[in-house]
Amino acid sequence: MNIKASRKRFKPLPYILIFPTAVFVALFTAWPVILSIYQSFFLQRMNIARFREPTFIGWGNYIDLFSDPYFIQVIKNTLLYIIGTVPISIVLGFLFALLVNRKVRGIGFFRLAVFHPMVLPMVSAATIWLFLFTPDYGLFNAALRFLGYSGPENWTGNPSLALLSVVIVAVWKNSGYYMVFYLAGLQNLPSDVYEAAALDGANGWQTLWKITFPLLRRTTIFITIVAFIDSFRTVDHIFVLTSGGPSRASTVLLFDLWLERFEYQDIGISAAITVVFVIVLLAFTVTNFITSERKEV
Amino acid sequence: MDSSAIRKTLGQIGHWITNFLSIFLALLWSVPVIWSIIASFRPANDAMSRGDVWFSNTLTFENYTRAWSLAPFGQYYINTILVVLLVLAVQLITIVLAGFAFANYEFFGKGWIFFFVLLQMMIPTSALLAPNFSTIRILGIFDTRLAIAIPYFGSAFGTFLMRQAFMSVPHDLVDAGVIDGCSWWQLILHVYLPPSIPSLIAFGLSSATWHWNEFLWPLIITNSDKSRTLTAGLVRFTQLGEIGAQWSLLTAATLMVAAPLFITFLIFQRRFIQSFVHSGLK
Repeated sequence: MNIKASRKRFKPLPYILIFPTAVFVALFTAWPVILSIYQSFFLQRMNIARFREPTFIGWGNYIDLFSDPYFIQVIKNTLLYIIGTVPISIVLGFLFALLVNRKVRGIGFFRLAVFHPMVLPMVSAATIWLFLFTPDYGLFNAALRFLGYSGPENWTGNPSLALLSVVIVAVWKNSGYYMVFYLAGLQNLPSDVYEAAALDGANGWQTLWKITFPLLRRTTIFITIVAFIDSFRTVDHIFVLTSGGPSRASTVLLFDLWLERFEYQDIGISAAITVVFVIVLLAFTVTNFITSERKEV
Repeated sequence: MDSSAIRKTLGQIGHWITNFLSIFLALLWSVPVIWSIIASFRPANDAMSRGDVWFSNTLTFENYTRAWSLAPFGQYYINTILVVLLVLAVQLITIVLAGFAFANYEFFGKGWIFFFVLLQMMIPTSALLAPNFSTIRILGIFDTRLAIAIPYFGSAFGTFLMRQAFMSVPHDLVDAGVIDGCSWWQLILHVYLPPSIPSLIAFGLSSATWHWNEFLWPLIITNSDKSRTLTAGLVRFTQLGEIGAQWSLLTAATLMVAAPLFITFLIFQRRFIQSFVHSGLK
C-alpha cells in the first residue's frame, strides 16, 4: 500500500485542524497589531468630548511621544529595569544551579527555597515585599540597618529607590526559575570532558570557566531571551509596590501603555506606544534569530 | 605538608564555604514568605510596630476569616478556577490538533502558516492589551470569565511543543497506524498522544500556573466581582481604605490567593520543576 498516496487524500484536513489556533492568533495577535498601526495615526481621546471621534494627524502621535521628556524618562526606566534584572537574575540562576547540582543532604530544601517564589503570583510576591519594605519595622530595613546602612528607608516611596525596589522583587522571584534551566543543562553535560580536565590537573575555577560555562552557552542564550521578554511583559509588581511613582520614577513601557490607555483614555498615543513596543520585541527576536543562525554555521 | 595535603585542606575549606553560602542564600530567599506566614497568624491588634517583628504571644486564624468576609474571595476562587480550566480545556484541543497537522502533513503554505502562529510567541499578549480591550468590547463579552480566557485559546507555544513531541514519534509507528486504516483522529489518540503525554502535562502545568497568577489582563477586562479573579481581587483588597496597613490581614489575604497553587507545588515539586524545564527546553 502506498502510504504517501493515502496521506494525500486528506488534503483540506490540515487547514481545518489548524483553523481554530489560527483564528485566535489572527484575532488576538495579528489584528491588534494592524489596528494599533492604524489608530496610531489618529488623534482620539475618549475622555474629551471633541476628541472622541478620530482625526487623522499623520505622525503626530509619534512626534508627541518622542518629544515628551516624560516618555524619554519611561524609556530610560525601562532600560534601567532590564539592566537591573536580566544579568543579575541570570548570574544568580547559574550560581543556584551550581549549588543545587551537588549530592549533599538537604539540598532539596535549598532548591525549594530558591525556586518557590516562581510559583507565587507576582501580585502576592509584591504584596509580601511591600510588607518587607515597610519603613519603620520592615524586615528589609532592619537587615540593612544591621549591616550598617543609614540611608533613606521608604524604598517604594523614594524617587531614587522606587525602581530599585521593583528590581529587587523581580530578581527574587525569577532567579530560581532560571536556575531550573541551568540545572537541566548541567545534568546533560558529558562527564568524559570533566574526567579529561581532572586528569590534566585543572582546578575547580578553570573547569567552571573553561568548560562548564562555554558548554552551557545555548542555555544562557535561551535564558537571556526568556528573561528579556519577561522583563517587558511583567508590571504586576509595579501596580502593587509603587503605581509607577513617585513622580513616575518607576514607570516602565508597559505600565505607561496602561496609564495612557486606561487612565488618560488616549487611544492614539497608546496605539503609538503599542507599535513601538511591538517593533522593539520583533527587532529583538530577529536579532536573536540572526545571531543564533550565524553561530550554528 | 606536601602539596596533596594542602589541596585536601583547601578542598575541605571550599566545601565548607559552599555549604555556608547555600544555607545563607536559602535563608535569604525564604525569609519573605516565612515572615509573611508568621505575620498572617498574629492577632490584628498585636501591631508589629510595638517591637517584636517575629514573635507573638498568641496565634490566631482570625485574619483569614476576616479577610474572607471583607471581600468575596470565594467568588474569586471560583472565577480563577473556571478561567484556568476553560483556558486549559480549549488549549489542549487546539494545540493537539494544530501540532498534529504541522507534524504529520505536508501542505501548501505550511512554513508561512507556522510562522504566522509563532508570531504569538514573539509578541506577548500583554503588549497588545489596548487593542485587545477594544476587540473584547466589540465582541460584547466585557467583564466575563470568557473575556479573560479567550485571548489564550490558541497557543503558539503549545502548538510548537506538541509539534516537537509528535515529530519525535517513530515514523514506522505512524506508517503502521496508517496501514491499519486509522482515521486521523485515531492516529492522534492511539499513535501520537500516548508517547507525548509528558509534553502535554508539562504544558498543562505551566499554562495553569501562568493563568492562575496572571494579573494585568484580568484587571482591565473585568469590572465586577462576578468575574474578577484572585489576583485582581487581591490588589483591589489591598487598596480598600478600611484596611490600610493592617499587615496581618494583608498577608493572610496574599497567602490565601497563592495557597492552592503553592500547596500543589509543594506536593508535586519534582513534577513541577521537570515540567518547567521540559516546556522551556523542547
